[in-house]
Amino acid sequence: MSKTTTLSRRSFLQVSAAAGGGLMVGFYLPGLVKQAKAQAGVFSPNIWLRIAPDDTVTIMVTQLEMGQGAMTGLPMMLAEELDADWNKVKLEWVGANLAYANPNMRGTQVTTASQSVRGYWKPLREAGAAARLMLVTAAAQTWGVPENSLSTEKSVVLHAASGRRLRYGELVEKAASLPVPQQVTLRDPKDFRLLGQSLTRLDLKEKVNGSAVFGLDVKVPNMLVARILRCPVFQGKVASVNSDKARAVPGVRHVVQVGSVDTGAPDGFAGTTRAPAQGVAVVADTYWAATKGLQALEVKWDEGSLATLNSEDIRRRMAEAAERPGAVARNDGDFDQALAGAAKQFEAVYELPYLAHATMEPMNCTADVRPDGCDVWVSTQTQTFCHRAAVRITGLPPDRVKIHTTYVGGGFGRRGEGDYVAEAVEVSKAVGRPVQVVWTREDDMQHDYYRPVTYVRYWAALDQSGMPIGWKARVVQPSIFSRFNPRALEEMRGVDNISVGGIAGMRYTVPNRRAEYVYFEPGVPIGFWRAPGGSVSGFITESFADELAVAAGKDPYEFRRQLLDKEPRLRGALDLAAEKAGWGKPLPRGRFRGISAQDSVGSFLAQVAEVSVAPDGKVRVHRVVCAVDCGWVINPDNIQAQVEGGIIFGLTAALYGEITIRNGRVVQGNFHDYPMLRMNEAPVVEVHIVPSTEAPGGIGEASTPQIAAAVTNAIFAATGKRIRRLPIRAADLRRA
Amino acid sequence: MVSLIVNGKPQSLDVHPDTPLLWVLRETLGLTGTKFGCGISQCGACTVHVDGRPVRSCTTPVSQVAGKKVTTIEGLSANSSHPLQQAWIAEQVPQCGYCQSGQIMAAAALLAAKRRPSDQDIDTAMSSHICRCGTYQRIRRAIHRAARMMGAEA
Repeated sequence: MSKTTTLSRRSFLQVSAAAGGGLMVGFYLPGLVKQAKAQAGVFSPNIWLRIAPDDTVTIMVTQLEMGQGAMTGLPMMLAEELDADWNKVKLEWVGANLAYANPNMRGTQVTTASQSVRGYWKPLREAGAAARLMLVTAAAQTWGVPENSLSTEKSVVLHAASGRRLRYGELVEKAASLPVPQQVTLRDPKDFRLLGQSLTRLDLKEKVNGSAVFGLDVKVPNMLVARILRCPVFQGKVASVNSDKARAVPGVRHVVQVGSVDTGAPDGFAGTTRAPAQGVAVVADTYWAATKGLQALEVKWDEGSLATLNSEDIRRRMAEAAERPGAVARNDGDFDQALAGAAKQFEAVYELPYLAHATMEPMNCTADVRPDGCDVWVSTQTQTFCHRAAVRITGLPPDRVKIHTTYVGGGFGRRGEGDYVAEAVEVSKAVGRPVQVVWTREDDMQHDYYRPVTYVRYWAALDQSGMPIGWKARVVQPSIFSRFNPRALEEMRGVDNISVGGIAGMRYTVPNRRAEYVYFEPGVPIGFWRAPGGSVSGFITESFADELAVAAGKDPYEFRRQLLDKEPRLRGALDLAAEKAGWGKPLPRGRFRGISAQDSVGSFLAQVAEVSVAPDGKVRVHRVVCAVDCGWVINPDNIQAQVEGGIIFGLTAALYGEITIRNGRVVQGNFHDYPMLRMNEAPVVEVHIVPSTEAPGGIGEASTPQIAAAVTNAIFAATGKRIRRLPIRAADLRRA
Repeated sequence: MVSLIVNGKPQSLDVHPDTPLLWVLRETLGLTGTKFGCGISQCGACTVHVDGRPVRSCTTPVSQVAGKKVTTIEGLSANSSHPLQQAWIAEQVPQCGYCQSGQIMAAAALLAAKRRPSDQDIDTAMSSHICRCGTYQRIRRAIHRAARMMGAEA
């Protein structure tokens, strides 16, 4: 059945004749932007699409393309409802513009939380449908025939009875003069023409010939290059600088202090713009000159109160904190009573480390601050916050500050932060020239906003048959929300939902359950990391579920299935993964399977990992089968690619990922001591999509949460050893 | 002055001899397809060919390639027509794309040395490269596809 939607929501439809007779259609959120208007050759940016007399359909790219496929998938949805000829679709990137704020993200233009499709599918499809309707009306009036006698196909309106046809380009002028439809009918997923096809991504050609412009590839006339020496201890400050030797290096132009500008209050739920440690920038003609200047720099630091912080202490303090009850995130039934009356009790502790993002492209930003304006070129997931930071630091009126979005060598949440943008704007303002701030890999790894360290205690009460009747978790973790809003915990009754939401929302049916959150803050900067909550809760919940299955003497798949009787979508994914993996069937000698299932970012996934453990304890993951139900499908190949990549990302963390702190500093610095999974270690990943007509879920962060537990559960099957602390350590699995 | 040949074109450059080739390519010559990833030969994003062999340009002083032929991703083919580039698109390999110049250059050196590489050959040639987006199995498929294409052409 098709859905009819009224074009009201909070969106208005704007139509106007463009210069040159084009048709523009778009929505805007009232109060955020001025009235749409066309200028010669330039269109007001609150417009989603533009159709030219030559049939070209120009669709705006509002989201960052970081490999997740947004710049192909989002236009596909508009083109679907428009019945556009995909070969005539062109894209136009927009910078920071609140007209394109994500309806699901508190009125900000961000590419985070796997919210691009979820936030924009409706406005984009409505925009396409409305434009199509107006083109049909224009043709009907031209020919004097009823609208319902017309059809559309590949940017043409057809009148079957007479065989007449008009190209969209021939109809734009007339269509532009028509009133805006008050209602549009969105297509039933079974009638999709473009959606559901594995169309070639539109960013690939540039990415195989070196022409794609990433943040670091931006070059502005008169530009200088800066490297920054930051205090190695978090929250440290510059005590004194002797820059004489640095300034003597050929090519070095300036030495300036950074990170001391107060950029004001945090911006709500994301976007603090001040770097967590102060530093000194060496600004030079080239990267190499800046590097040599940096090496010659003499800085004394005031390391501050974190100079004695160590990972061992953090771990011990978390264990202590876990002794106390936390704020209640969920409380069903009566867990204490269930535990008292249980046939059997069960308890376990799980631990996860700090993790760095390690995007392939280290942080960088190019800023040009002038007395009358500012341009910023940056690979960012949060145009809105970059804009706010630049406005705040320059003191310029908002409309004098422009953010230019580039391609990006990996985001994973790191590029939701504004610290590196603030640095570039600050340095450019200080030296009065365009400046590109370049981070090294070491800068990037040691000055990240890490996925928070986690310590979780779990308890279960089992009945006579071994099934859980009570389930309780106590999560000790720093609070990401508190970083952005000091009153966040107060406002949320002591509960950070990133930390505990996934565990509290665990899908298994257990009558008595309780989830608690204990706030703990050792001072290491923390932030969003691909599936920030789910990648933690997936490991913990799915490990514990496996432990209970073993305790009950039940098959881990059948055990989960029984507890998912009220969760058809997750159970459907579980069944498909088990079937495709051949669950229960014989494996080659030495290989063992593990299973896990968890919903993430609105999608439902299950994974089966095939694993072997060598005598020296080395773990090898041979094959991963993943089933995913992410609602109706936009681009199947892109779903596969995202699921494949998300699994490799999560597997890298499970096998290797650990940031440790010694004397307030990050120990790891590059890929030799913070290793990444490589091709010779990568499993074959098979992805199976569950057919669905549900509204779309996210996909970029969907498949990272499940893999760690699928692997550790397989390790248990192989060795009888339960991994409760990540990363997996070969020493723990070595055969005596 | 350092003289070298880049993508078939002789260049005489006024750069400090210890400058890494990577930054000479990117900053002096504007060839930004070659990427900076780690600076210590750990990730492969900066891989170019020097006299046909894959080299990490981030740790190669420009003086070391004086008089030699350097090929970057921009010089691999005209119009993205190298079989590897076509195969990379056919298999929809890149996600963020940042590492892919280096991956393609390493794969091109592999295919030049071995016309039909085995999975083992691919592992050996490609496992010194990192793809944070996790496109490894697509890279493998694309190399096999390109090898078939090149075999058919021969």
